Formats: sequence, C-alpha cells, structure tokens
Amino acid sequence: MSATTAFLIATLARQLAGARRVAVGALSPMPGSAAFLARAQGLGPRQITVLGSRSNNDFTEGGRELFDRAAQGRIDAFFLGGAQIDGAANVNLVAIGDHDRPRARFPGSFGSSYLYFLIPRIILFREEHTPRTLVDKVDFISAPGTSPANVYRPGGPTALVTGRCVFAFDRTKGRFLLESVHPWSSIEEVRDETGFAFDVPQDVPVTPSPDDATLALIAGPVREQIAETYPAFAAGL
Amino acid sequence: MNILTIDEAVARIESGMTIALPPEYCGVAMAATRELLRQGTGRLHLLAVPQSGLQADLLIGAGRVATVEAAAITLGEQGPAPRFTAAVRAGTITMVDATCPAIHAALQASEKGLPFLPLRGILGSDVLARRPDWRVVDNPFGNDDPIVLLPAIRPDVALFHCEMADSQGNLWIGRRRELATMAHASAMTIATVETLHEGDFFADETLAAGVLPAAYVDAIVHSPRGAWPLAMPGFYERDAAEIAGYAAAAASAEGFVAWLAAHLARDEAA
Repeated sequence: MSATTAFLIATLARQLAGARRVAVGALSPMPGSAAFLARAQGLGPRQITVLGSRSNNDFTEGGRELFDRAAQGRIDAFFLGGAQIDGAANVNLVAIGDHDRPRARFPGSFGSSYLYFLIPRIILFREEHTPRTLVDKVDFISAPGTSPANVYRPGGPTALVTGRCVFAFDRTKGRFLLESVHPWSSIEEVRDETGFAFDVPQDVPVTPSPDDATLALIAGPVREQIAETYPAFAAGL
Repeated sequence: MNILTIDEAVARIESGMTIALPPEYCGVAMAATRELLRQGTGRLHLLAVPQSGLQADLLIGAGRVATVEAAAITLGEQGPAPRFTAAVRAGTITMVDATCPAIHAALQASEKGLPFLPLRGILGSDVLARRPDWRVVDNPFGNDDPIVLLPAIRPDVALFHCEMADSQGNLWIGRRRELATMAHASAMTIATVETLHEGDFFADETLAAGVLPAAYVDAIVHSPRGAWPLAMPGFYERDAAEIAGYAAAAASAEGFVAWLAAHLARDEAA
C-alpha cells in the first residue's frame, strides 16, 4: 500500500466527522475508502451509499434517488473532484481550453452541477496539487463554489484536501484558508504550487498521520469493502 | 412474447435516432451494440442516462455518432474513454454536456407527459450557460427564487440489457429503475436479457415489484452474456482485462480499428 494513499484516506475520513449519511459518487476510490474508514472509526457515518455498488446501495428508485435524497436534505456529506479547482471553489470536470475544441477533455460534470448546491458538506479532493490543477480561474464551471444570496443553496464546499495540505473554505468570503500542511510539505511549497490566492492563519498545524490502528483498518475491512466497486484500486491498497 | 433475433431487434434502430443508454453499473446491451456496429447504423444521438463508457466509446470510435448528450463518458477504473476524448478534441461530434439529475428529470417529464420539469442547482454553471434549450424562471410560488426548467426528453429508443423476460413479454429489472424511466420515456424499447422465465412475473408479488411491464417493451432478445465485457450484476463481473486492453489499443484511431475488428471476430466465433 502506498503510504500517501493511506494518509489521504485517513485525512479525508476526518472530514466526515459527525456526518451520518454519506454518499460517494463516480470515480471516487479514495473518498469511498474514507467513508468506510470513518464508519469503522465511529466518526459519524452510519449510512454510506457508493455509486456502482450493490452491497452499499439502498436506492430502490434508480440513479435519480441520490439526487432526490440530496434535495430533501437526506445526504449530509459528499466528495467532489475536479480537473481544475479555483480559489473561489469553482470546479471544472469538463475541459481545458475552448469548450468546443478543448486542449483536454475530461469525462464530464456528473452530478456536481446539482449536488454542490444541495449537500451541506461537500469535500473537494484533488491529489495533484500543482498550479495546473489549483488555478486562479477554472476554464469551465461545472459547479460554482458560491452563489448569489437569492439562489436556493443549502449546500456547498467545506474543505479541499490535496496531496500537500488541507484547506477550509469560507463561504462568506468565498476563499480558502490553509488548515493544515501534510508532513512532507510546507507553507512555502503550498504557496508555490497553488495557482490561487488563499488565507494563511498564524498557526498552521501539520496534518496528523494515521496511527497503526487506522492503517490496519485501511488494509483490512476498508480494502475489502471498496474492492466491490474499485477492484483495481483495492488490489493496490 | 416478442422474442426476436439480435439482428431483427437491432434493425429497428435507424440512422439518426436518439438512443437512451444506461450507465455501466446497470446492464448495458453490449452484444446488441456489436450488432449495431455491424449493421452500419449511423448519425446516432446518444443519450447517456446519465453516463456511459465503453458502449458510447465504441460507437463514437466507429464514426456512428453525431451527438453525445451526457453527464459523463468514462471507462471508470480503466481510465478516460479514448475515442470520446479524441472526437471532442477534434470537433467530430457535438457534445451536449448535462448533469446527471437533469437527464433523469427530463426523462421523468416524458414519463409524466409533461413539457418540462424544474430542477434545483445548476445556476451559475457553464453547463447551464451552454444549454440554450434550458430556461431559468422565477419560481411562481416563491419570491425572487430563480429555478432551472428542463424540457422533456423523448428518446426514439431505449436499449438495455437486463436479467429476465417472462412468457408474457414482461422484463424483470429489479431495483434498476432507471431502466424503467428510460423505457417509459422512450418511443420504443429494445431489451436483451440473460435468461427467459417460463410463466408470468405478475403471478408472484415478490417478482412483480421488479417488473417493467410488457406494455413498454417492443422487442426482446435472449442474449446470454449480453453485457460482456461489462458487468451483469449477479451473473458476471466486469471483464477488466478486456476493457484495459481496449483503453490501451484505442489510444490511437488505428489501434481502435484493429481492436474492434478482433473484438467483433471473437464475438462471432463465440
């Protein structure tokens, strides 16, 4: 197992503290693992639904039920990635460059354009932390980080976890705040590798490393549970 | 029961039609897709409900697709869909980006015989900015509450693979209700099935709960392993090696052509 992968799973799991109902979307092996870890650690998650899973999926109305539940306030937390994420927490899952003839094209927005508005705790996750992924302004807004006051929006981003640090998102300011830096990185490195401006408090702690008990959970039950939906990922854990 | 051969059923799909396709975790009619590729049907408008992968990528790579309407196209753990990505970059297909719940809701509008349905979210996104067919109105029951309206989508055909058909032409889809939504909303439904069931699902209330009634089903094909190389939950797993081989080969247009020829030949030999 990659030590970084386990570290990130444990870091993502802490973001789920107190969230009882967690949904995991497409292409999300590490977030899915984090949900299972958080449940095993008793951090909060009780009900976990994983897109594409049979055993961790209590939807009986088809794919739309996740979205219906989210709109009813029945999902507490969700993870979103992004080919690009900018300083206002706008997320781009579509393309780099001109939309009609892009330099790079990604799978698409999935449910982000909707879920970002409705689920109270959206945890952004992008392992690659470079000026290429964390940009000043995204090329395409799959989902905006904030909305005008008249837009119905009980949900939105709370944090951004990367391969170098954890940012908290201040919805009022519409800006990220550096919350902790991973042991192998530094504030200076985070500054150099981030394409957007963010706030830095006086004290920035080091992101805690997972203890042996946490690592054992990841290598054991978490790995078993994520294997159903992400067999290739689980094989590498 | 309206059991057809795979070539008879697929021949009902005409060039230029809008085809609704299920996601990869839901029962994708891959054998029927290979037949579609053999028949040369083209200029298709693919509607992914709400995402697609290998199925869309094969049709796109073979030049059979004019438009893709989807929330996402991906090979999942096997990576990006290479021919989709290449086609969008080259501008050889029209890409209509959506978001998952918008596709579900627009099909539900058709289920209800409604011209549109409203949906939360989406405001301020470039998904909305690039959809002139979507509208924003002020909630007539609220006060300064903008909301998106989505026009109903009525596909020409829904094509999917599911567990079973009974002697009455009913399909058993279990809790994969997006297949029912697709069928309800589409003008025609073609389904391939793993197994045939002697009798009537409605004779057993437990089975009846998972039925898509024959009233919505136009053609059924008995097609064991009909989702291969994708998964059919409860029957067989995703053939990750086959799809990884595809992902590598289809990185180039030439590699795609060679892989597809070999894939079709192997299918015919089986």
